[in-house]
Amino acid sequence: MPIAPRPRLEWQPVRVRDIMVETLRVKSLLLHAPGWQGHLPGQHVDIRLTAEDGYQAQRSYSIASPPEDDLLALTVEKVDSGEVSPYLVEDLRVGDVFELRGPIGGYFVWTVATPGPLWLIAGGSGIAPLMAMLRHRARRKVRNPALLLYSSRSLEDVIYREELDGMARVDADLRVVHTLTRKQPKGWTGHRRRIDRELLAEASFSPEQSPRIFVCGPTSLVEAASGLLVELGHDPLTIKTERFGPSGWMP
Amino acid sequence: MDETPISRGFRSKRQGQTPKGRLPPGQYVTADFPILSAGPTPQTKLESWTLALELGGSLAGKWSWAEFEALPQTTINTDIHCVTKWSKLGTSWQGVTFDDLLRAAGLAEPPEPYVMAHCDGGYTTNVPVEDLVDGKGMIATRYAGLPIPPAHGGPARLLVPHLYFWKSAKWVRRLRFMEQDERGFWESLGYHNYGDPWKEQRYDGD
Repeated sequence: MPIAPRPRLEWQPVRVRDIMVETLRVKSLLLHAPGWQGHLPGQHVDIRLTAEDGYQAQRSYSIASPPEDDLLALTVEKVDSGEVSPYLVEDLRVGDVFELRGPIGGYFVWTVATPGPLWLIAGGSGIAPLMAMLRHRARRKVRNPALLLYSSRSLEDVIYREELDGMARVDADLRVVHTLTRKQPKGWTGHRRRIDRELLAEASFSPEQSPRIFVCGPTSLVEAASGLLVELGHDPLTIKTERFGPSGWMP
Repeated sequence: MDETPISRGFRSKRQGQTPKGRLPPGQYVTADFPILSAGPTPQTKLESWTLALELGGSLAGKWSWAEFEALPQTTINTDIHCVTKWSKLGTSWQGVTFDDLLRAAGLAEPPEPYVMAHCDGGYTTNVPVEDLVDGKGMIATRYAGLPIPPAHGGPARLLVPHLYFWKSAKWVRRLRFMEQDERGFWESLGYHNYGDPWKEQRYDGD
């Protein structure tokens, strides 16, 4: 059967309604997107900035808001050497308008209709698409077991910390496990190392529980964690990944 | 709103750094080699690796690693463009061209107009045969003279560098000829069926 193209995802102007300071390097942009057709938790959008001289730059960002929310949330980490993220984090103001299109991606998605326990593994700003899943789960008040294993450099670098704590407080079926890899506050009793085999075996669902696993973070973290999960007996097809940042391989 | 909104204060940090005509619309140049894979990296041992060419449900050719390494080797120097916006200029790949693979299978010409690449980990992508022949596509086993690491698609990945890089499927194991075009993995999930970076065919309908 010949392949019929589907309608084009058009660029649409979106207005910044609010900006949340998440950490020293991370902000969430709350966007008003008129006519937004909705999205699934885990999907992303492309954004396009146009300079006064006509120069344009495009980047992809995960959607951090659940489909239930009116505003679209993008959580952006400033990459110092970057072209777009420093502008979004430092210069963008409430009321500003830029272009966006989406939603994009249909694989790294989870909805309350997905059966089985939900196991999320995040590194740094890789929490963003996973937060859309947790927020969706919270709004819909489903009670499938869920676990977030979240690796950050320090407590100050934990994005959505209070919201995550709040979610876990009111939801006995949600467990949030932090590991702080570089700096720990005084009296920190939690984990203090990069995600390794022991951490994955401890803060985990067993392969027999058939969890749906989503891993998002810097390339090295996702490579390590997803490889270890396979070694621990999880079916590779149940492990969905999104990697970002450099791989370090430049022969 | 009909006009493109201008982001005041936003300006290029990279303009002028890229040789003219090398960068498709919406792309930026990276020196690194980012990794984008939908799942864990498969670890396939060379002893158990084979590459198969399939036609009408039967084998048209099959090579072990040693047999594949003995086929004529070609180097392709090219720019590559990922749909996630990064481009890498001046990459160098070595492997076996699709043309040489057909010859090794004793096929005088491609028997069908489309190919589905099947990979370890379950990934698939569809490519028209005319985008693989005449030196346009290869099965690459080396990058810059080194074996391709598993995370980057090794031991062997498809290379179709004039299309967005998701078409250059990592961990390729089977090429299946098709009479009719079918969508592969990303092509079924909203990405463009063909993926020409110069026409910015990122998503369906572009």
